[in-house]
Parts: sequence; structure tokens; C-alpha cells
Amino acid sequence: MTVPDDASDDDRSAKSGPPVPALPVPAPHPTLETAPFWDATAQGRLVLPRCNDCAFVIWYPRLWCPQCASTDVTWIPASGRGTIYSFSITRKGVGAYRDAVPYVLAYVELEEGPRVMTNIVGCDPESLVVGQAVSVVFHDTGNGSALYRFTPT
Amino acid sequence: MSIRGRAYIVGAYEHPGRHLPDKTLAQIHAEVASGALADAGLTLADVDAYFCAGDAPGFGGLSMADYLGLNVSVSDTTETGGSSYLFHVGHAAALIAAGMCSVALITLAGKPRTGGAAPGGSGAFTSAPEAAFESVWGMAVPNGYALAARRHMYEFGTTSEQLAEIKVAASLHAQHNPNAFLPDAVTVAEVVESPMVADPLHRLDCCVITDGGGAVIVASPEAARSLGTAGRAVKVLGHGEAFKLSAKGRIDLTHTGAVNSGPSAFAEAGVTPADIDYVSIYDSFTITVLQTIEDLGFCAKGDGGRFVSDGALVAPHGRLPFNTDGGGLCNNHPGNRGGMTKIIEAVRQLRGEAHAAVQVPNCRLALAHGTGGSLATRMGSATLILGQRDA
Repeated sequence: MTVPDDASDDDRSAKSGPPVPALPVPAPHPTLETAPFWDATAQGRLVLPRCNDCAFVIWYPRLWCPQCASTDVTWIPASGRGTIYSFSITRKGVGAYRDAVPYVLAYVELEEGPRVMTNIVGCDPESLVVGQAVSVVFHDTGNGSALYRFTPT
Repeated sequence: MSIRGRAYIVGAYEHPGRHLPDKTLAQIHAEVASGALADAGLTLADVDAYFCAGDAPGFGGLSMADYLGLNVSVSDTTETGGSSYLFHVGHAAALIAAGMCSVALITLAGKPRTGGAAPGGSGAFTSAPEAAFESVWGMAVPNGYALAARRHMYEFGTTSEQLAEIKVAASLHAQHNPNAFLPDAVTVAEVVESPMVADPLHRLDCCVITDGGGAVIVASPEAARSLGTAGRAVKVLGHGEAFKLSAKGRIDLTHTGAVNSGPSAFAEAGVTPADIDYVSIYDSFTITVLQTIEDLGFCAKGDGGRFVSDGALVAPHGRLPFNTDGGGLCNNHPGNRGGMTKIIEAVRQLRGEAHAAVQVPNCRLALAHGTGGSLATRMGSATLILGQRDA
């Protein structure tokens, strides 16, 4: 199985790759349902909502289990580890990201199951491959929350 | 209740404009309504049902029905992005079959080039419950679809050159369309050498952004028969619709809602993919077409890249002639919503009114498919099977 567009020269790394601009850190809008999630990110913790009735790990965060319709939801600590499910090196950004190109939009599959949209940072984008192991890092928004991004491990 | 043969598309009109700085959204809705009514030989007073989607200004259907001067007994403003109008045709046919109306007008208008809404995506909806988890990562429209393309490449070995074949076919058709936004034929090399927008999608993997609009009229068999234009009526044979959602956080980026809308439409029409003479496939990006062709059953899952190679999509003689107006990739994607023009070109093919260079000989059965929302998150998919008047 081939993975197109990946760097084939092994000596590329985060250190030798082209400089990658720092990403903007836009603040999300927490809601009554999601405030505990974002509060945890501000403390450097990734938590996930889990259904107390059927043990389903819910994504995106909400106080409703889409698996069994329970509203009995608790927050569990996540390992912060996962693998890249897919990614795109974005060359034409929008909004706050307009001047941040190239940046990497991705889905990361967490060890707990959910596939979460995120950015991959701290790497040469050209070196990334689907299936690569990554772990969470937090970028503080300065507004009582932090963005959970991932970096190759 | 089946809608098979219970309704006909009797009018269709595509606005010729692609850049409309001097028109309001409401004016464009009105112009396409007039165009479709004239095509059918009907007047405003004949319309008793109105359908529009999120592109309609103000209070949606209420505002536009008021502006147009309609007197309707039923309406439906189902909003699934660019696929809305294929949902509307199915819903109109069902309402007609239920005896609730007899002449339904469906309109679309947009002007993203000249002051209208920019290309959206769910991140644009700040009140959406998912917004905080999708709007902070720099997701535009192309890089979201690029996630789907990358995963499809990873799982099935699909290549950029194979995706480019889809653009090439659309461009070969567009050169015969005097209104096409991009009227020039391109090669596979030109597509893969065009600037990378969101790896692995290039600029020429993306649809155009155009002002414009379109409208269709769906009528009961009795109303269709009474028209002087009855000979050009197109029969609604089947409709299927499906939401493909984010799978409770376990999204699969390699398939679309067509896996469910397609079989429903084929079953209702009583036909199979092998029976279809022409397809209008929603083409926001080349990857949208590739996945949809697989999901509708024109080839096995994962074989789309091989299927579209060797000119399979090129009219009139390819195995599966598609988007003979040039599609959203080259002709028109009014208001960032390509569903209406998919219906309209299928109607032209079944009437034998497509450009002679791309008219499919003896085109008796056509399929039109819409994909609204995003391949990256959640989408509304709708499939229509249409036939010649006597199909």
C-alpha cells in the first residue's frame, strides 16, 4: 500500500525541514455542556465524555449519549495518545489561519476510540504518514482554554 | 408509497450568469423561477407548492414566496447544503403523489463572487453543537475534502492522476458550453501540476465559485399532460436520501451517504446501475465524484480510481458519461450549491437537449446525485433516477 506525497528521504525531520509558522490559537466557545472539557484543557488535561450507562466514549463532547440516549455522562481522563487517521497539508488558509500556511489539518484516532479533528504540529508536514503515532500537546488560548493538538511521538 | 411515475419535471432553467454584481439574491431567484415557468409553459398562478433552501434570503420560503407573489398550499425548505434541491424534487413528488399539490417550484440562487456568503462548512455555524470542535483548526472547505482524499488514497491506492481524470472529463464537456466558467479543456498533467491547495487536492481538483442559480418545476402526471410542453416532460422514477453523519465520533472518510440514498433510489425506480445511460454526479471536488461513483454501485468500493481512467466519464461514448455541462468543476456551482445544476443537465440529456457534442445517444435513464455539507464531517446525500417521458 502506498501513501502518496510522503517524503521518502529518511533524513528529513522536524529539525531539518522547512520552518513551519506558529499556528494561531483561536479560542473556542465553551457551552454549558462543554465547559468541563475546555476547563480541563486549560489545566493540560484531555478528558473525554463517557456514558455511565453503556460505557460508550462520546465524541464530540456533549451531555448526551448518541449510542443509548442516556444523559448520565461522566468525564474520564484520556491517554492523549493516538494515530493519524488522515491529514492535509493546507497551502491556502482561511480566517485566522490565512497567514499560517502550510499547516496540517488532521483526524487523529484516539486510543479510546474517537476520531477527533485537530492539527499536527512540531513536525515537518512532508514527513507525516497515515497511521503515524502521535500524542497530545496543549496550546493555551489565553481565554481559559487550550487547543489539543498532536505531535509525532 | 412509491413516487415512481407519480410526478414529472416539466420545467428546468439554469441562469446563464456566472458573475452577477448587479442583481440581488431575490432577483436571481425570481429570474430562474421565470425561466423554469416559461420552459414549462406555466405561469406563477399555476404554482401551488414552493421549495427553497438555505440560500434563500430572509425568512427563506416565507420571504421568497412573498417576493415572488406565490399562492401555495404546501412548502418545504429542507436544508442540506448543495444537495437540498434533489431532496426537494423527491419531497415534491411525494407531496404530489399524496394529492397535496400539483405544480411545485424549486429555486436556487447565490452570489458568492459578488458579496454573498463565502463558501461555508460546518465551522461557519457558530451555534452548532459541534462548532467548537471543528472551527478552531483552520478547516476550510478544500482541506476537509482533502482529508477524505488522503484516506481514500491510503486505503485503496487511489492516485492524484486518477482524480485528475475526473476534471479532464468535465473540462472536455465544458468546452462545448458557452456559459461555462472554465471553458478550456485541461490535461491530467495540468491538473496535477496546478498549485496544491490542500494536499493532496490541487486547484484544478476544486469546483468553480460562481454567482447564479437555477430552478425546476415538478408537476403531477395530469398537470404534465395538459401542457403544450408535455413532450419534453421527464419522469421521476426514484428518489433516495440519506444523512451520513460523524458516526458518533468514529467517522469513516472513504464513503458518502450515497451508499444509502443510491440503493433506495434504484429500488424505487426498479432499475440497476447498469441500466443508467447518463449521470450527473455532485462534483464539489474530484474526490466527491470518485467516492460517489463507488457508493452508487457503478464500481466496487476502492475501484473508483481505476474506473474513471481511460475516459470512462467522457460523453457521449464513455462507459458512464457524466456532467456533460462541465459540472461544478468547470461550468457552474451557483451559490456553492451544485445540486440544482445536476438535475438540470440530467433533464437536458433525457430531452435530447444537451449540446450535440456531448448528447448521449438514446438517453432513456439518467441519475442525478447531490452531496451537501462536507465529506469531512456530515453530509446530506440525495439520489434521483429520472427517465424519458415514457420510461
